[in-house]
Amino acid sequence: MIKTDPELCLRCGGCVGVCPQDALSLSENGISCSEKCTSCRICVNFCPVGAIELDD
Amino acid sequence: MIDMKSYDVVIAGAGPAGSGAAIAAAKEGLRVLMVEKRQEIGSPKRCGEGLSRSSLERMGLEYDPVWARRPIIGTSVYAPNGKYVRYDGEDLGWVVERKIFDKWLAEKAADAGARVQARTEVSSVLKEDGIVSGVKLSSFGNSWDVKCRILIACDGVESKVSRMAGLNTTLKPTDLVAGFQYEMAGIEIDPDRIELYFGNEVAPGGYVWIFPKGERVANVGIGVRKPFARKTAKEYLDDWIRTKPGLKRGSVLEANSGGVPVGGLMENMVLDNFMAAGDAAHHVNPIHGGGISEAYVGGRIAGEVAAEAIREGDTSAAFLDRYNKRWWDERGKKLEKIFRLRQVAERLNDDELNWLAEYLSGEDLVNFSKSKGFGKLAKLLIKKPRLVTLARKLM
Ligand SMILES: Cc1cc2nc3c(=O)[nH]c(=O)nc-3n(C[C@H](O)[C@H](O)[C@H](O)COP(=O)(O)OP(=O)(O)OC[C@H]3O[C@@H](n4cnc5c(N)ncnc54)[C@H](O)[C@@H]3O)c2cc1C
Repeated sequence: MIKTDPELCLRCGGCVGVCPQDALSLSENGISCSEKCTSCRICVNFCPVGAIELDD
Repeated sequence: MIDMKSYDVVIAGAGPAGSGAAIAAAKEGLRVLMVEKRQEIGSPKRCGEGLSRSSLERMGLEYDPVWARRPIIGTSVYAPNGKYVRYDGEDLGWVVERKIFDKWLAEKAADAGARVQARTEVSSVLKEDGIVSGVKLSSFGNSWDVKCRILIACDGVESKVSRMAGLNTTLKPTDLVAGFQYEMAGIEIDPDRIELYFGNEVAPGGYVWIFPKGERVANVGIGVRKPFARKTAKEYLDDWIRTKPGLKRGSVLEANSGGVPVGGLMENMVLDNFMAAGDAAHHVNPIHGGGISEAYVGGRIAGEVAAEAIREGDTSAAFLDRYNKRWWDERGKKLEKIFRLRQVAERLNDDELNWLAEYLSGEDLVNFSKSKGFGKLAKLLIKKPRLVTLARKLM
């Protein structure tokens, strides 16, 4: 699973589009991550502001 | 308000792709519903707001001063060593106010007869016997089902709606640019020209841009890409701005981030009763990341095909394949060629970029972005043994 820092996240949704498991979704409250997550780090590497980290 | 339980066409997302689809379908007399999950169409922007005159022409729309912040009369493209290539014209395009531009488009959709509803999300896709039959909407705490004959996913880079429908639109990490931008004020810029800065230290896999919106105000942004980037987009931009005396003491009016699809063009963008357009289907120019006009045109073609399908009573994937064909003829072939140019450009080191800047003109660069004139670049690359295989990609 991943967690996003709400202070950093600008809710752009790019990570959602690049998640190979379709595990992420974007709402006004930010990014949420589902059980489908395999901790592959693709979203972590993408994030333009470094708001995402693994949460295990 | 949404007063009907069924529409001919439901469109998810009210960006340029959604409005392009809504305008085209509503003009043909279809009952169209376009929903947008954000509370305000076009805001916050995920965009540098550059729109060329040729892009506006491609969209088939007329200039309107309501959305134009600044006319652009030139472009300067900087190589890593600071040498630049200029392109001058009278009226190359504009830096627009996206928040106004997107609403202006949505207003045209409403005028054409579409129902437009902000703060309303497609929360799931309904299916009957495995085939798309409608959507579940949620808005202000309410949730209800709406049936449709065709669903068009124009939901931008997130592209969840396509995946809910059963079309895999997931981007490869190398095909998604990480973008970050400040709208800055009180800065020293050339207010009439857009500036682009290239280099593997400055913006690996992308570039830095300055798009002026006034005498002393501009969008200053960056795109970078894995596997080339070693820091976040924001870190690259902050580091670059720190080296620019005219910018580093500027004010920040807005901060934006976003993902820009620069590849992953899809052979198939349809299912039974379903099409995808715009960023959701990766309709972006892969060399500069411009997607406003590509999204609108992709949406427009989808909207036109939706009208034909409903008129002829056949909304199967086999019928909607017309959309694939028309999009590939009108845009896809060109964008695919430009994608190959992207693959070449990202392999060039800074010395090679500096060297090319000696030989290429502004006109050449504009041609490249329109999939023309690749022969000249190939001839140059062939002179360097390391670049011969890259040159072949362009031929
Ligand atoms: C940093 C950056 C700079 C850029 N600069 C430029 C530029 O200068 N010029 C240019 O031409 N292009 C630029 N682009 C690209 C351009 O912004 C996009 O290509 C364009 O906005 C795509 O339009 P669209 O309609 O496909 O998607 P969007 O404009 O993203 O619209 C999609 C809409 O769908 C909504 N949505 C998502 N999910 C749902 C749902 N489930 N239900 C309802 N609504 C939903 C979203 O909220 C969004 O409003 C830039 C992009 C970025 C990130």
